[in-house]
Amino acid sequence: MDGLLHQVFSGLATGGIYASVALALVMIYQATHHVNFAQGEMAMFSTYIALTLIQAGVPYWWAFAITLVVSFAIGAVIQRVLMTPMANAPVLASVGIFIGLLLMFNSCAGWFFGYTLKPFPSPFGEGKPMLAGYLSRHELGSTAVTLAVLLSVWAFFRFTRLGLAMRAAAYNPASSRLVGVNVDRMLALGWGLAAAIGAIAGMMVAHVVFLEPNMMSGVLLYAFAGALLGGITSPMGAVIGGFVVGVLENLGGAYVVGAELKLSLALVIIVAVLVIKPSGLFGRTIVSRV
Amino acid sequence: MGRTLLRHWPLLFLAFAAVVPTVALSNYQLFQLTMVAVYAVAILGLNIVTGFNGQISLGHGAFYAVGAYVTAIMMDKWGVPYWATLPVSALICACTGFLVGLPALRLGGLYLALTTFALAVATPQLLKYKLFEGWTGGVQGIVIDKPDPPFGLPINADQWLYLFSLAVAAVMFLLAANLVRGRIGRAMMAVRDQPTAAEAMGIDLAMFKTRTFAVSAMLTGIAGSLGAIAIQFVAPDSFAVFLSITLFVGLVVGGVASIGGTIFGAFFIEFVPNLAEQVSKAAPGAVYGIILIAFLFLMPGGLAGALRKLLRLA
Amino acid sequence: MLLEAVGLRAAYGQSKVLHGIDFTVRKGGVTALLGANGAGKTTTLRAICGMVRTEGELRFEGQRIDGRPTEAIVASGIAHVPDGRGTFMELSVEENMRLGAYTRRDRGVAADFDRMFTMFPKLRQRYRQQAGTLSGGEQQMLAIARALLLRPRLLLLDEPSFGLAPLIVQEIFEIMRRINEADGVSILVVEQNASMALAVADHAYLLETGRIVLSGPAADIRRDESVRRAYLGY
Ligand SMILES: Nc1ncnc2c1ncn2[C@@H]1O[C@H](COP(=O)(O)OP(=O)(O)OP(=O)(O)O)[C@@H](O)[C@H]1O
Ligand SMILES: [Mg+2]
Repeated sequence: MDGLLHQVFSGLATGGIYASVALALVMIYQATHHVNFAQGEMAMFSTYIALTLIQAGVPYWWAFAITLVVSFAIGAVIQRVLMTPMANAPVLASVGIFIGLLLMFNSCAGWFFGYTLKPFPSPFGEGKPMLAGYLSRHELGSTAVTLAVLLSVWAFFRFTRLGLAMRAAAYNPASSRLVGVNVDRMLALGWGLAAAIGAIAGMMVAHVVFLEPNMMSGVLLYAFAGALLGGITSPMGAVIGGFVVGVLENLGGAYVVGAELKLSLALVIIVAVLVIKPSGLFGRTIVSRV
Repeated sequence: MGRTLLRHWPLLFLAFAAVVPTVALSNYQLFQLTMVAVYAVAILGLNIVTGFNGQISLGHGAFYAVGAYVTAIMMDKWGVPYWATLPVSALICACTGFLVGLPALRLGGLYLALTTFALAVATPQLLKYKLFEGWTGGVQGIVIDKPDPPFGLPINADQWLYLFSLAVAAVMFLLAANLVRGRIGRAMMAVRDQPTAAEAMGIDLAMFKTRTFAVSAMLTGIAGSLGAIAIQFVAPDSFAVFLSITLFVGLVVGGVASIGGTIFGAFFIEFVPNLAEQVSKAAPGAVYGIILIAFLFLMPGGLAGALRKLLRLA
Repeated sequence: MLLEAVGLRAAYGQSKVLHGIDFTVRKGGVTALLGANGAGKTTTLRAICGMVRTEGELRFEGQRIDGRPTEAIVASGIAHVPDGRGTFMELSVEENMRLGAYTRRDRGVAADFDRMFTMFPKLRQRYRQQAGTLSGGEQQMLAIARALLLRPRLLLLDEPSFGLAPLIVQEIFEIMRRINEADGVSILVVEQNASMALAVADHAYLLETGRIVLSGPAADIRRDESVRRAYLGY
């Protein structure tokens, strides 16, 4: 029982990471109907930026903040330079660009920073486990950070003028322009925001799995699973899906398939959702575009 | 005379490809050309579903892996001759493709890309899995023997392997070209370009796409079998997601929905990474990334499209 | 002149829809744009807002607006109630209205919300409801409210009566008159319902396959039986 609870708690901690990446994916999906296959690699690259800053002596939270700004800029620039001209191109072209980005971030990371595993510091310290031993300090801290991020993103979209405009631009670009919203700018903002959210997930997970260029491929897979489980049309669903998938992964890894098949579990979840409830738990049924 | 020659250029090309390299090239160079033939078949498979039928797969490396392992296991465990493993591999890969395609293709859109991407990422893990270890050899993989030339032909094993792969590739290209030019090919493209109209014409979209996907998985699986025979070794980490992405890059560079372009794509993915690797371990990925994006922006028809444009200008 | 078009052309890709039309909208006036289905009325409104590729000159309050992005044209004081109403279906009525005031930074927004509630009491009742669940008439009201919240000097209306019951059509035209007279908003209205449109408008243009074939004071056109028979079908 104790073991089970422990698995659930640390599942929730990783689930927060998946939830963040899933949210980033869904934000871009809602606005553009594209799935950003490079989301994970962008986050990984951001984490290297953070590590470089920390190693240069920048205090952790300063490095954290600078990384967010830089990631935001990278995301926005990618949207402007690569995605805007491809707005009306066939799906294959946009998927191809995402794959190209994935390759470039991955190999640039390998090129600049090497392929060896690198430890990544935690701002929460090692210390002894908290919450009656269920969570490590880092797990607790990173869960708090991801929850804070998710809440602020929700509040931003729900309560601010800009958040409203971004939602409007995603749902109905033509009408948005007619009320004076600059849709292209909103898309760039959305990309920037998604990249920043991914960067936070990367910095939180890097302490657990160590930093290397392929660090995020598993996370991305689980984020896909979470987004589909929650419903790719529902940001809230994607977040819940991310947490559920984190718990499922941990329980499955501990009691069913063993750690070496963890990735296949994500595949199983994806296929199961597609077979049983393609719209996910909270999503609308999707009108297919192809 | 010139006209007839032009019409039969594939035959001439094949004869040339069979004779000249076999006598002129070193064993290693022949091996590289063997791999070009292998990759050409693999990309051909991907082209059937992604190019002609418009369903994006990012996980064809998984079918390549299945084909490779089927051949390796049959040769290693049961002593089946290499050529006899091909039909079995084809069948198994077609079935795998059908099963993978069914849930995703029912939904259309990006679901196939998502599922196949997940499959590609998970493939090495699946191949390493303990329960299959007795067959797959786990992390170690399987080593198989290089086939000898049959009928006492006066050529060495590499030359034979090259000719064999070339012959299989030629048959696959012939079949694929006929498929694409015929009624089924027209239906494929109708499903890609005018899904609503295709459905109105009585095509069951999901089933049709899934069947196409099975055919495509079969072709790529056969390529995997040939690849295993050529390399004489299979191991999980050679079938990571990078392989699937490589095939995708080959497809875009060669030319989406172009049978002939497939061959350009195969040359590209065989030779360019080797060149790039001399710069840095990370360079092939970076080069792929840049070239992929550059092609999508500047030459969306791939090398085949560019060539066609040049010929029309000339 | 508030709005002036000279030699305005518009095309979707290769297919040309407007073949060089001239028209004006007088400041403080209501101008009607009439014509059969497919004549290019919607396209004309889209052209004004930069939603299609255009050639020719478009001036709003003396400034060239052709070639500028839609959001800039809108911000300069032209509100457009589009064909199909353009409701943000997934958002609430409140959010739709807030979007209407998106470009504004002044303090009058709250007061304008209240004015909209007086003009369209239904919107107050449905304030928190998802806009996609509104009836067609209510959505039309919402679309007009959204447009007015922009505080435009020119209001473009694309078939505001489309698909609505006669009583509601009456109401919409009544509101149009009020907006024009009380608030001084100039209006360019596209209508199938020519008799209604001519009753509120002071000037009218008749469009036929991308060309203006007739224009003049609304009252004259209303009286001219041959024109009514030939073009307006009533
Ligand atoms: N998005 C588009 N792409 C291509 N052609 C279009 C598009 N929208 C309209 N057209 C064409 O332009 C012409 C004019 O259309 P428009 O919508 O302006 O007509 P309208 O006068 O508003 O007609 P209605 O009374 O039916 O609304 C039509 O022939 C139509 O087919
Ligand atoms: Mg119209």
